[in-house]
Amino acid sequence: MKLLKTTLLTMALALQAGAGLAQGIDDATRDPYYSAFAGKKVAFVPVAMGFDLTEGWAAGIRAALEPLGVTFEIRDPNWSTDAGAQAITSLIAEKPDVMVIHNPDVQSYARLLKKAEDAGIYVVQVNMRSSYSTDAFVGADYVGMGEQIAQRLIDKCSPANGGSGKVAITQGVLTAAASIYQMQGINNVLSKHPEIQVVSNQAADWDATKAKNIAATAIQQNPDLCAIVGFWDVMDTGTAAAIKESGKNVYLLTQGGGNQSACDGLANGTYSEVVVYNVPGQARDIADMIKQLLQLKQPPGTTKTTLFTQLEFLTKENMTPSSCWKLASQK
Amino acid sequence: MKVFGRLSQEQIVFALALLMCAGFAIALPGFLTTNNLLNLVRSVSILGILGVAMGLVVIGRGIDLSLVALMAVSVAWSLQLAAGGVPLPQAVAMGLAFSLLTGTITGILIAYVEIPAIFATLAMGTLIYGFGRYFLINLDVIYLPDSARGFLWLGQGALLGVPVPIFVFALVCLSGYLFLRYARSGRYLRAVGDNLQAARITGVPTRPIIVLQYVLSSFVGFVAGIVTATSVASMNTRVANSTYVYDVILVVVLGGIGLSGGRGGIRNVIVGTLLIGVLLNGMTIMDIQYTVQNVIKGVILLTAIVIDTILNPRDEQTAQQGDI
Repeated sequence: MKLLKTTLLTMALALQAGAGLAQGIDDATRDPYYSAFAGKKVAFVPVAMGFDLTEGWAAGIRAALEPLGVTFEIRDPNWSTDAGAQAITSLIAEKPDVMVIHNPDVQSYARLLKKAEDAGIYVVQVNMRSSYSTDAFVGADYVGMGEQIAQRLIDKCSPANGGSGKVAITQGVLTAAASIYQMQGINNVLSKHPEIQVVSNQAADWDATKAKNIAATAIQQNPDLCAIVGFWDVMDTGTAAAIKESGKNVYLLTQGGGNQSACDGLANGTYSEVVVYNVPGQARDIADMIKQLLQLKQPPGTTKTTLFTQLEFLTKENMTPSSCWKLASQK
Repeated sequence: MKVFGRLSQEQIVFALALLMCAGFAIALPGFLTTNNLLNLVRSVSILGILGVAMGLVVIGRGIDLSLVALMAVSVAWSLQLAAGGVPLPQAVAMGLAFSLLTGTITGILIAYVEIPAIFATLAMGTLIYGFGRYFLINLDVIYLPDSARGFLWLGQGALLGVPVPIFVFALVCLSGYLFLRYARSGRYLRAVGDNLQAARITGVPTRPIIVLQYVLSSFVGFVAGIVTATSVASMNTRVANSTYVYDVILVVVLGGIGLSGGRGGIRNVIVGTLLIGVLLNGMTIMDIQYTVQNVIKGVILLTAIVIDTILNPRDEQTAQQGDI
């Protein structure tokens, strides 16, 4: 009788335990994860909204953080460095938890970024860095990019490979990080290759019409021009138009965030090659950095992380339907 | 000064352009070739078309600082509508209508509300850009949609080996010339610019003529915008915030259209445009840095204004009312 009783009791216990297992175990990291983000505030100060890069970053960061209860807001200085500096200054007073900063040039915001960190705000810089390093930088390695681009120029244009050796460069704004660091990279490589001659090196202010006029003159003066390097695909629609009008076969190597217009441009022959830093990927990197900073809870400025974006050299041959991405407003 | 005194500013600037041409031709190999000269004129033809628009307003003793903003926003809106599926002719018509309507509003503000042109158009420029960016277009740079590819000919094509934008520039100049010379309202416009009170007394409908100036400039500006958009297959609305409108004023003033109104004609715009074209082309061939180019352009503008002040001393009326 006693044996029967014990057996029944054991069975009952075992059943109960089984039922308990089916209910699941609570994940101990969930609560700290979600509570790290609830009620936090992230502010984004781009150079300007309204173009593929910044719209893409904003959309990506918003999609990653808002479901976690983070408030995400954008202060759009619309290409004005002054307005941007004011936005950062007022943000320092408002004390968001994280600021995401897209620098118009390497100097302007440097002091403000330090001030923000001192005030206890994490600062993540995106794509164009300031001379002051903050908690995190997410973006292209422009020096490395310049070196790789210079290497492509040598492959395409060196007399040993059948080219004329003449190339032209169209920069954006001279003081932008994208221009300064990239020129450094290009010079690092080309200084060892005297056979490559830079016949024109001008800034077009990120404007297609200026880029077109510069390219038209460069081609005019150097009918055997082998390649033009442009620093932004949106601006280089102008460079492409100049090449098309000249009827010459000039290799156009441009770069950008990999928006659908870049792939369209490769497909219809506007661009020969586009160096792509994938914007949705960068947005994810930014969001992940923010998540890490908010979970580690180190005082701002104690750690410095750099995440260089993987670069892709897209051509008509190697691109796939999924190489580029689309902005919501373009769908 | 005696020797120069007999020359008009237009002639001086033209001589300067020829002199620079000669200098570049000797110093820069490849400058004086047919292709480069065509390229030179093509590269400034849009600036020249805008110069005609600005010239018409300045001759009427006004100034239009909203010209570039209106051009950018109205054409970008057309492109965006076309990209969104609106048939191209309809999209262009809507953009043009927006442009003309805004031009009319600006004109009414100046002619009837009597706000000084410089303030009215400055404010309108900001308003148009802000309104456009918020309500009409969603990106800074609007691409020419595939449905409008045939349209590209206007900005990128060539006729008998001459780029089409040059023909558009020529056509705009010719129409502007004929308007000023033969149309009654064209002659009224000059009269209003020369002396508003006198024109009013002689029975010229001065206020409608002032409105007309801004409607014309918005129309010609729209044409310039279409050429820009087709020339680079996109419309960059950021030009609204750039110093481009001052380049346009530079062309007008440099050519010898006095800011005090009533003087000058389309020929002055052409001369001013050519000088800028020669200058920009030469500097680009010499690979002069962009910032240095701005310095040179600024110095040339100042020189032109100084020459203008010396050659065309202020009359009593200008001294009382100010330049603009």
